[in-house]
Order: sequence, then structure tokens, then C-alpha cells
Amino acid sequence: MSMIAGLIDYLRGNEKKTAVVAKERLQIILAHERAGRGTATPDYLPALQEELMAVIAKYIHVDRDSFKVQLEKHDQYDVLELNITLPDKVNSRR
Amino acid sequence: MAKVIVITSGKGGVGKTTTSASFSSGLALRGNKTVVIDFDVGLRNLDLIMGCERRVVYDIINVINGEVSLKQALIKDKNCDNLFILPASQTRDKDALNLEGVARILEELKQSFDFIVCDSPAGIESGAFMAMYFADEALVVTNPEVSSVRDSDRILGILAAKSKRAVEGLEPVKEHLLVTRYDPKRVNAGEMLSVTDIQEILRIPLLGVIPESESVLKASNSGTPAIHMDKSDVADAYRDVVGRFMGEDLPMRFVAEKAGFLKRLLGGR
Repeated sequence: MSMIAGLIDYLRGNEKKTAVVAKERLQIILAHERAGRGTATPDYLPALQEELMAVIAKYIHVDRDSFKVQLEKHDQYDVLELNITLPDKVNSRR
Repeated sequence: MAKVIVITSGKGGVGKTTTSASFSSGLALRGNKTVVIDFDVGLRNLDLIMGCERRVVYDIINVINGEVSLKQALIKDKNCDNLFILPASQTRDKDALNLEGVARILEELKQSFDFIVCDSPAGIESGAFMAMYFADEALVVTNPEVSSVRDSDRILGILAAKSKRAVEGLEPVKEHLLVTRYDPKRVNAGEMLSVTDIQEILRIPLLGVIPESESVLKASNSGTPAIHMDKSDVADAYRDVVGRFMGEDLPMRFVAEKAGFLKRLLGGR
């Protein structure tokens, strides 16, 4: 019995149709791409980080690694987070 | 009030120019004063599809640069009295277009035309941006194929965020889905995304379905917009699209497989 059933299954092509695969793949990738869209796309973050660093470096010596800019998305609002770890002893210009 | 309609898709080769030619012809055949503008600066082709390539003297860049008047650059269509074509420049590149210049041309065209159809180039760079920026409505041309659907989604995102209507906080650009190169037979075989699948993914209203057909190539070979091809499904489909765009409630055709000879004989549909 099982052999015949298996054969019928195979012949009927119980493998997923490619159109179904296409739809699933699109739904997943587009959900991901749409989430990254919206008013505040993080495209500008690297440039923002560079400029902020340049300003801060005028007054304080900070390491490139101790400086982080992050954008967090929440339902109603986004949070732009600047995280600067200051050296133990702050060396101001004057 | 004149309406600006962009024919867009993101992806190339899906049928933007074919659609621009037939859609603008269809509008004109219904008595609307229509102008169709080729925004593909450097790769102009609308003139070939409309069959007016040998009559191109001036182009949109000449008008933007103030070298000629708009009237001098417009070409009257050979098939429709109410239709004019504004060709793209073939020798310049897309940077020759600018928003101020395009705005000026559109304002002037709005004085004397009912519909301004903008044939967008592929991609999302400046030419495509200029074509969609001033749009009131958008026809998003999509093939039942993953890369085309994804690119259409991207274009919809840009329309919603970067068009003039979006930037100025006006009523959003009205979006229409146009599925082209559709093959119901392959859809039934599970080899092709269905119209329903595409609509479900892109979530915009369906304006029409253009079936895959040999007559599109025949039309472009002869420089006649497909809507003028006698006894062709594509021509019927484009006429339906124009009818729906004008507010008529027409049933969707060409979404189901054509009945074979035997089936028709037995009374199936």
C-alpha cells in the first residue's frame, strides 16, 4: 500500500509549487524591507556619527570605539541614542 | 484640472513604455487632450513605440534649457488627434533634467491638456524621481515575477515618502496596480504568481491585467501602440484599463485560462 501511495504522491507532485514559494519569499523579504523604511531611515547614521565625533573631538579626546550612535524603533516613536564613554580624566582644550 | 499620471515600475523591461503608449492613446481616443512625456533621457524609446521616431526634432531638454518652445517640441500622434508626444533627449544624460524645469513644463502643459502621462525610466535615480515627483496618480506596472514585485514595492515606498504630494503633506498619490505579461495557464499550473497573490503583497487596487501576448512585439515592430492592434487581447485589456481609470466598472478579463476548443464545444467557459 505504502509504496503505491508514495508513488502517487510523487507523481502528483506534492512538492510545493514554485509560485507558492515565490509568494512566501516575497512576503518575508518585503516585511523586512518595509520595516527598514519610514521617515527615519538609518542611511544617515554613519554621516551623523562622523559629524558628531568631529564636534566632540574639538573639546574632548574620545576614542573612536567609545562612541556609538544608535537608532531604535518603537511603535509610536524612535529613539536616537548617543553613547560616549569619556576617558577617566577628561582632557578639555583649556 | 489636468491630471499628472506616472507610469512606473522600478524594474526595467516590464512594460512601462508599452503601457505609456497604449494608455495615453486610450485616453486620447476617448476625447481627452493628452500628452505623453518620455523621461528616459539618454535612452529614449517612446518615440519608437509610438512610431514617430523620424519626426523628432527637439526634445524635453531643449525645452528645459529654453532653446525652443514647448509647442515646437511636441509631436502630434499619427493615430489620435488629441495626443501629443514630448520625447526625451537621446544625446544628453539624465542630469540634464531638473525639478524646476520639469515643474515649468508641467505647469504649461496643464493649461491645455487634460492628462499628462509621464513614462518613467527604470531604476530609482534622478530620471525616475523627476517622472514621479509631480504625479497625482501612479500606474505601477508589475510582472508576475519576484524581482518585479519587490521593485514595485520599493517604488510604492518612494511614492509615499518622496513625491511632491508626500513632501507637502497633500493627499497621497493615488496608486494603481497594472499586472502585465500575465499567463493564466502558468498561474493555474502553479508556476506563476497570481493577480491575487500580487495584490495581497503590494496592497494597492488593481487597475487591470494585460495578458502575455505576441501582439506586443508586433505592435512595437511596427511602431503602433498595442491598443490599436485589431482583434488582440492586449488591445482589449488596455481599453479596459483606460475605461476603469475613467471610472467605469468593468469586469476583469484575461485572468482566467482561455477555454480550449473541446471545452467550448462542451459548453464550458
